[in-house]
Amino acid sequence: MNTRAAQGFRHGGDVVCVVRGLTKTYPAVRGRRGVPATPEVRATDDVELDIRRGEIFGLLGPNGAGKSTLVRQLTGLMRPDRGSVRILGHDIVRHPERASRILAYLGQESTALDDLTVSLAAETTGRLRGLDARRARGERDDVLDELGLAPLAGRPLRKLSGGQRRLACFAAALVGRRPLLVLDEPTTGMDPVARRAVWSAVDRRRAEHGATVLLVTHNVIEAETVLDRVAVLDRGRVIACDTPSGLKEQVAGEVRVDLVWREAAPLHVPEVAALRDRVVESGRRWTLRLAPEEARTVVATVTGGAAFAALDDFTLATPSLEDVYLALGGAVRQGLVKA
Amino acid sequence: MSVVPADVLPGGVPAVGAAEPETAELGPRARLWPSLAAVYRAQLSRARVARIPLLFVATFQSVGIMILMRGVVDGGGEARAVVAGSAVLVVAFVALNLLAQYFGQLRAGGGLDHYATLPVPPAAVVLGAAGAYASFTVPGTVVTAVFGCALFGLPLAHLWVLIAVIPLAGAALAGLGAALGLLAPRPELATLLGQLGMSAALLLGVLPPERMPEAVRLARDLLPSTYGVEAFARTFAPHPDWALVLGDLAVCGVVGVLSLAVATWAYRRAAVR
Repeated sequence: MNTRAAQGFRHGGDVVCVVRGLTKTYPAVRGRRGVPATPEVRATDDVELDIRRGEIFGLLGPNGAGKSTLVRQLTGLMRPDRGSVRILGHDIVRHPERASRILAYLGQESTALDDLTVSLAAETTGRLRGLDARRARGERDDVLDELGLAPLAGRPLRKLSGGQRRLACFAAALVGRRPLLVLDEPTTGMDPVARRAVWSAVDRRRAEHGATVLLVTHNVIEAETVLDRVAVLDRGRVIACDTPSGLKEQVAGEVRVDLVWREAAPLHVPEVAALRDRVVESGRRWTLRLAPEEARTVVATVTGGAAFAALDDFTLATPSLEDVYLALGGAVRQGLVKA
Repeated sequence: MSVVPADVLPGGVPAVGAAEPETAELGPRARLWPSLAAVYRAQLSRARVARIPLLFVATFQSVGIMILMRGVVDGGGEARAVVAGSAVLVVAFVALNLLAQYFGQLRAGGGLDHYATLPVPPAAVVLGAAGAYASFTVPGTVVTAVFGCALFGLPLAHLWVLIAVIPLAGAALAGLGAALGLLAPRPELATLLGQLGMSAALLLGVLPPERMPEAVRLARDLLPSTYGVEAFARTFAPHPDWALVLGDLAVCGVVGVLSLAVATWAYRRAAVR
């Protein structure tokens, strides 16, 4: 994975995808019997992005942050209310049908391919991407070999495990080369071997023909390891956009301290009681974001004296992208995954 | 506020949009016939896995109806209508009912996104799926027709007319089914509409029209499968009037083209929201 960042910037120069002022509002829904009313929702709010050739660009945010809505507008599946999307010079808002000839999209659903065998799913997708029969079969065989799916080629997707099915859909997305890959949570449910297959297939396409990748994820660890740059989304807005390490520098002054109590926090200890209004509490767990000096004091306090008897476990960690999200004012306290 | 990423990148960055490349060449478009063939083949393989039990259900249902009607109908024109109606009912079950369900589920499950992000003509997706469902009805329809002829003592001589009846009635019903599935706002509604359509085909197609009240007979004339049934029923006559058979088939064909056009329109509408 160490070559990844270098590659990203080697190709970094021209911009593949330019998004300006992209706004989409879902209208308010009046409540009916059994269905509560929902207010008007801004799914994407004045979004601006520049995605450069050859980079893996990430959209990170909790569930409901507007990642998928944004991606649907970039792939021509949804018309924005306002704003522009240009991919490789083509106006996707005016000509949404052109998106299908520029990019490959891996959505979250596999309904269209579920009953097909892995081999036929990849081949048919290639045919529908405009390949002739011979090339579709050739590319199908190459991609299935590359991803280690050849032994499963004859099995219908429905009979596969979630991760295998996801990998088969990813294979279908790769048949018929495209300069831009849009992948919506591609590795959901995959084991480490399959994940590695996905990222090395992505890397190969980047190295060999400068493919660009737009990746949607709510997985913080994955975002930190594979992305060249990441836009953090919160309630339809881009609240930050930088390299993962650049983002983490923004909260470099902080350390995260997690304290897990055996039963309840020993509030009779004055030092512990004093922390109470600064913690994020979830059950037995207290999470604190502190300056390094303060963190050391807190750890010293809880690992000695009266508080220690009540302490089950504690961890001290440098900030992750999740901390960045929270520090930037991300409103949703749940939904990012750390696995 | 939103952040323009170019500004926050270390090491200085080109001005926004300045380095945007020349308009890139687009990938090839998938042409109609090859992509139709690819969809057809994929759908047929799907059907083989998932639809065989349902095809048995469709066939047994039609055979059961004929046995039931045997007690009521005693040959003549009514028997012809029953056999023809039961045979076409198999087409209605698969092409209308099951296709409506399929497209309803595909739409609700986000499966249309897959096709909508491929450069494939909408007509290829709709026609490929409709064609596959219609051809899957062939064995059931033939079995039903042969069994019906044996049961009611009708001649087998002109069963070849099914070669025209199945694709034409299939096109009309499959187009209707696809359109219902794609237009229904919820998958349950698509299922319901598919079932209703099939019930209509059953009641209006199988029961001899002579016994129906005027209003119901009008509804029968509006149902696309009726003309397939009529055409097929006429061929059981000792000396079939081939002009009328052709006329019925022509109506069926026109309705087929129309309903497939509506289905294609419905697909476009459902694919980009």
